[in-house]
Amino acid sequence: MRALTFHGTKDVRVDTVDDPEIINPRDAIIKVTSTAICGSDLHLYDGVIPGLKHGDILGHEFMGEVVDTGSASTLKKGQRVVVPFTISCGGCFHCKVQQYSACENSNPAEKQDMSATLYGHPMAGLFGYSHMTGGYSGGQAEYVRVPFSDVGPIVVPDHMDDDKVLFLSDILPTGWMAAENADIQPDDTVAVWGCGPVGLFAIQSALVMGAAKVIAIDHYPHRLELARKLGAEVINFRETDVRDALMEMSGGIGVDAVIDAVGMESHGFAIDNVFDVVKQKVGIGADRASALKQAILSVRFGGKISIPGVYGGMTDKFPLGALMEKGIQLRSGQTHVQKYLEPLLALIENGTLDTTFLISHRLPLEDAAHGYKQFKEQQDSWTKVVLKPGMAA
Amino acid sequence: MKHFDKGHGVSAGSAAGIGLALGAAALGAYLAARQRPDEGGHGDDAPGRTARRNFGKYDVVGRTVTIAKPKAELFAFWRDFSNLPAVMENVEAIRPTGGGKGQAVWTIKAPGGRTVDIETEIVREIDNELIAWKSVEGSDIDTHGRVRFVDAPGDRGTRVTLVIAYDAPGGAVGKAIAKAFMREPETQARHDLKRFKMLMETGEIATSARRKNQVRSAKQENN
Repeated sequence: MRALTFHGTKDVRVDTVDDPEIINPRDAIIKVTSTAICGSDLHLYDGVIPGLKHGDILGHEFMGEVVDTGSASTLKKGQRVVVPFTISCGGCFHCKVQQYSACENSNPAEKQDMSATLYGHPMAGLFGYSHMTGGYSGGQAEYVRVPFSDVGPIVVPDHMDDDKVLFLSDILPTGWMAAENADIQPDDTVAVWGCGPVGLFAIQSALVMGAAKVIAIDHYPHRLELARKLGAEVINFRETDVRDALMEMSGGIGVDAVIDAVGMESHGFAIDNVFDVVKQKVGIGADRASALKQAILSVRFGGKISIPGVYGGMTDKFPLGALMEKGIQLRSGQTHVQKYLEPLLALIENGTLDTTFLISHRLPLEDAAHGYKQFKEQQDSWTKVVLKPGMAA
Repeated sequence: MKHFDKGHGVSAGSAAGIGLALGAAALGAYLAARQRPDEGGHGDDAPGRTARRNFGKYDVVGRTVTIAKPKAELFAFWRDFSNLPAVMENVEAIRPTGGGKGQAVWTIKAPGGRTVDIETEIVREIDNELIAWKSVEGSDIDTHGRVRFVDAPGDRGTRVTLVIAYDAPGGAVGKAIAKAFMREPETQARHDLKRFKMLMETGEIATSARRKNQVRSAKQENN
């Protein structure tokens, strides 16, 4: 089959590789019809996530048709399914309390040591990411082997197009959980750093959850325009002093909740961020966290911070004093996708959530490497790239 | 791996001889006398194997996992030693030999495609709670193992604690065998226990391989 494979920093290619096959009883094989490039794929592309190997197939946002099933799969050939990027067994303690992204059984035993050392506990398995998360072949391919297919994938109705439901795989539940983690109350003013796909879905989710006002922060005009269309007020951080503006826009109290949808490759002009960039480039591996630092200083006393943005390592010059003295609560984590699939499918179906507005480009799988380059370099106009393996190149 | 680097595992000499005597006593006390896995005995309530000390000639590795299954089910799986190679990467086969003490021969993978056999016998067994075994007198490797099953709080299932102690005679042959028996023992015990948990909770052992013929190499790559 054809698949997008990793060959080094900023070097991805569409290669011919072995087709997957059923290995375990609960497996299914999915023929991919749509698969997206995620902002976190750019972290892999930029080489700032450890544990990738030559030839790894990337991609963790995908959907398609069931073409083969193991003896214990509950799926049937021909069904259309969206596959969560988190691989979850359904039987361990964490799955039973719906913390699916902390599944204890999906990362192969021999792959658990690195994250167990780094984080104190091993991570769950994720598609198309790092060998820290299992090294599973990803979805930017013609076919994918999906483990625990009786727990993960959701069957979608035929009348709903791929474009409408594809983002159930990651960014829609991620944006939704980000808003949920911000514990939004009806009169809250919520600030969202980063108007990439997750930030945009977090904005939309916060408004659905009843936030009085959502303020979106970015520096790409087109992305800010998309946020404004959703109903947010916007701040361009290249033109405006963000902290000053947020204080004014929240009546001098500070915003009630903040969402960091930027993560480890944050832009910024603060001096500590310049140091962080240098350290990341020379491989000392400090995460750049200027958006998060600004968020901590902007949120009110007793406020709430939610971090859907991806971080992989450590950071320094972290305003821990502000976090403590202001009594801030902070929530984060990889998304428990399986928990949100059914309710969010219903909200798409009844028109509450718009999931297609952010798609800027649809490309054949063969053009995936071009898609990565453009998504990385043209962030203003290339907001979301969907790859279609069936589309003529 | 640490345990071999520290040099108290397989080294010979008079100092080691003293350590051996003390070590055997310490290990005996540890493996046999303690009735509860959470019992401390060195001034706090932590399990003995987490102590910052060594057990003389023995290296001791151990790990606890919680498995969301009743202990009777887990005990029954473990008690049939022939089930264990499915989760133990470096154990090729375990054949019960039919003796009255639950004797079994473990065939362990060694470098260069060879294997090493170790005969063990069960030294203690409490139904649904504990199985302890050791290598028989005269084995190339002196090893003790114990697995304990304790109810976890509420409906969380069972806490399973595996402790393995091992020693090999001095000399190149002994070292080679020890290495074959437990390459990176702590890592291996952890992986084996994780695979046991996977098999019990999910009915299968997770692999990220894309094709069946890649499963074994994918496992060994990181082992």
